[in-house]
Amino acid sequence: MATVNDVVIKIATVNGTGSASANGLLRKAIFRMGIPVVGKNYFPSNIQGLPTWYEIRVTGDGYQARSTRLDVMVAMNAQTYTRDMMEVSSGGWLVYDSTWPRSKLLNRDDITVLGIPLSRMCNEAFEGVRARILMKNIAYVGAISALLDIDLKIITGLLEETFADKSHLIESNMKAIRLGYDYAKENFVCPLPRKVETMDKTKGHVVIDGNTAAGLGCMYAGATVGAWYPITPSTSLMDAFRDFCAQYRREPDSNKRTFCIIQAEDELAAIGMVLGASWNGARSFTSTSGPGISLMSEFIGFAYYAELPAVIFNVQRTGPSTGMPTRTQQSDILSCAYASHGDTKHVLLFPADPGECFGTAVAAFDFAERLQTPIMVLSDLDIGMNDWMVPEFEWDENYVPDRGKVLSAEELEEVESFYRYLDVDGDGIPYRSLPGVHPKGSYFTRGSGHTKYGAYTEDAAEYKDVVDRLLVKWETAREILPQPDIEYSKFNRTAILTVGSGHAACCEGLDRLKEKNVNVNYCRVKAFPFRESVREFIDKHDVVYVVEQNRDAQLRTLLILDAGVDPAKLVSLLHYDGVPIDAGFVAEKVLEEYSKGRAA
Amino acid sequence: MTYIAKPKITHPGLPKNKLGMTARDYEGTVSTLCAGCGHDSVTAAIIQAVFELNVEPHMLAKMSGIGCSSKTPAYFVSQAHGFNSVHGRMPSVTTGANAANRDLMYIGVSGDGDSLSIGVGQFVHAIRRNLNMCYVIENNGVYGLTKGQFSASADIGSKPKRGQANQQEPIDPVSTALSLGATYISRSFSGDKEQLVPLIKGALMHNGFALVDIISPCVTFNDHEGSTKSYAHTRQFYHHVVDMDFVPPAEEIKAAYAEGDAMPIELHDGSKIVLRKVDRRYDPTSRAAAFKYLREHFHAGEITTGLLYIDESRKEMHDLMGNVDTPLSQLPLDSLHPGAEELKNILKRYS
Repeated sequence: MATVNDVVIKIATVNGTGSASANGLLRKAIFRMGIPVVGKNYFPSNIQGLPTWYEIRVTGDGYQARSTRLDVMVAMNAQTYTRDMMEVSSGGWLVYDSTWPRSKLLNRDDITVLGIPLSRMCNEAFEGVRARILMKNIAYVGAISALLDIDLKIITGLLEETFADKSHLIESNMKAIRLGYDYAKENFVCPLPRKVETMDKTKGHVVIDGNTAAGLGCMYAGATVGAWYPITPSTSLMDAFRDFCAQYRREPDSNKRTFCIIQAEDELAAIGMVLGASWNGARSFTSTSGPGISLMSEFIGFAYYAELPAVIFNVQRTGPSTGMPTRTQQSDILSCAYASHGDTKHVLLFPADPGECFGTAVAAFDFAERLQTPIMVLSDLDIGMNDWMVPEFEWDENYVPDRGKVLSAEELEEVESFYRYLDVDGDGIPYRSLPGVHPKGSYFTRGSGHTKYGAYTEDAAEYKDVVDRLLVKWETAREILPQPDIEYSKFNRTAILTVGSGHAACCEGLDRLKEKNVNVNYCRVKAFPFRESVREFIDKHDVVYVVEQNRDAQLRTLLILDAGVDPAKLVSLLHYDGVPIDAGFVAEKVLEEYSKGRAA
Repeated sequence: MTYIAKPKITHPGLPKNKLGMTARDYEGTVSTLCAGCGHDSVTAAIIQAVFELNVEPHMLAKMSGIGCSSKTPAYFVSQAHGFNSVHGRMPSVTTGANAANRDLMYIGVSGDGDSLSIGVGQFVHAIRRNLNMCYVIENNGVYGLTKGQFSASADIGSKPKRGQANQQEPIDPVSTALSLGATYISRSFSGDKEQLVPLIKGALMHNGFALVDIISPCVTFNDHEGSTKSYAHTRQFYHHVVDMDFVPPAEEIKAAYAEGDAMPIELHDGSKIVLRKVDRRYDPTSRAAAFKYLREHFHAGEITTGLLYIDESRKEMHDLMGNVDTPLSQLPLDSLHPGAEELKNILKRYS
């Protein structure tokens, strides 16, 4: 009997050969059939010539995480052919370019190898090296369409959208699709026992990556200054912001720009620019990754102490040091929470998927201006650069931005004298004034010791007064940040707790555990400092599995430090090899812990 | 950085500018620098310049990094916002501040350590962007706050108070700025207020990156015999090449200049700079000629001063980018996105 809408396809190609658009076409076609689908990139830190993979998980159940099963491998890269063949799950299929037939010695008897002479067919059908290479990619999309029973009309429709005003490209691409499609139909039994069938589960959804969503969020939030230094995997965030601004940020009459993106000389300068802009009242942000955070740390401490808003997106990658720039991890949790020398701590927001990246981006600017402090949005490569299916984001027309406590010229005119760091309202958040507004608002922004009146000091009591007040602000932050997601499946004393991109794998993992009659409760934290409800949740349990993607249990450490929970309750399940975490890992590890008796 | 406010006693006969303010109204807190420090003279020149330019205090932004020089923004224009950032990073903060609000007048005060060692990267990139600011370097060749180490501007053979003479090539901010395409490059001496005040005025009014490199001797650590940044040495080898007068918009050029010596240059706001060449061979609009002249006189041990290079034709950062005239920070946020309906259209790309 055929398995429907549960298939994992992986395409092995060489980077720089234009396979991304072919893979996107395939993924989109399945989505248009109404079937939930996710796409993950496994790519090298390189421009051209090295192996790259794209994995498409067709998931009728709508799961978002990586699957460790692999049903169909499209092995287009001779260099990785052997390992690609080894990776296919037993009972799966391997499609390859049989223009150069492979030795039978390399065969596996538990999988089916399907050879298609893609190069030969494309060389005969197309002129020019570039066209032949590109069309070979399109041809395998045709072959997969036949093998999985993807509707060709949808593929045609997508090509018509892409090449709306270039009809010759629609024709040539369809020709390539046909080459692969017809060859598969004529030579193999199509469709395979794992196939796709039209559903109605993608309505109201989009497939988008987190960096694009965050860049869009920044545009909607009204950010006007973006300063950055290119770094994988965060570059596409500022690229997206630029593209959206290019379209929507022009002054009507003059056609001049209402945004300013500055590619800085390094991350130190990027964050300096962000702070200069926010000091002047603009919504400003930067996007970076772990190494950038290291470089920005001095300024992040400055912003904490001088109390300047800033939004910093950290699209985390695998560390330490340069690490693996194109692999994912959640290993900057601690370095962000306590970035910079001296007593500093920073607000962190943890989106779990691209849908949340959009909303979190907008919220980050509100929190930054409300709390007058840097807000770090901790995404990661898995969220930022992979294609997730999420509900369409919505914009609330009644959204009122929170610009925080900023005194207007009129208000400054009325006050007898303005002092920058007084806790007037008792919430630890002082009032600020912007340059150029009123002479009475002037003060000296400094990272050196200052009094609550904004003056320089080396006096013990005056210094302490200000840093103690910052702790009051910290508690205010705790009360206004997003609440965790908490689910009680069936009340018991064991739970899973995770953060960010661990959410998808944990949700699927919970389902798998349920199938084995293992019911655990669930908590996903969304912000640091942790809300009181996080501590309460942990206190209610005897064992909490903390699922995170780093070696050193950084989230667990943070929970112990900030939430004051009993460390003995927190059992770490750590996934940190650079590949996105999967549900199998979560379920297996929990069962393993159960078998060891580490469950309540 | 001081917390000692100056007593507010003003002489009724003090001259007032067009805003009805006296020069004393442009002062800051009491300086805590050493008695005789060149930086205090620079502060006085800045006060005179903004007083004469009728600058509204709150429309001035005072930017700095770390070091003796970077303390000085506290000592002028108390009614202006100041930003004392981290070491060597004043240029990036000023870049962001200017990006957000192009209407303010930016003066950055830095030193040779702050700009030529730890901050040399930011210094050169601010020039590259032609950031609209007045960039003052109070250049004394040493680190004062850490007690007298050489900085990157120390000349070969210059002697410290203790230890060996400097053997490394100095980084000259003027020739560095010239090679990078800065659009207003000047050098002066803290002890020459007559030359310095118009240079600062021109730098503040120039529409682009304006460098004012000022030899500003450190009386405590670098004012001894054998130092090339001492008062005595500077006075001896100080060499005026081009002086300038600043003429505000709509004012006639009144002074009488000898023919061939005076060269008026109009600034973007209609004010004028009249260059007075002390050395008639010098051409302050030619980078190549200026560079040759500077190097020759540098090798002769002379300190070339004046408005050494000017180019009013190049666009500053915002105009290079094609940004709106309104400060970005003043645009209403709800005008900056296309709304809920358009979001649906945008998202169609992803379905």
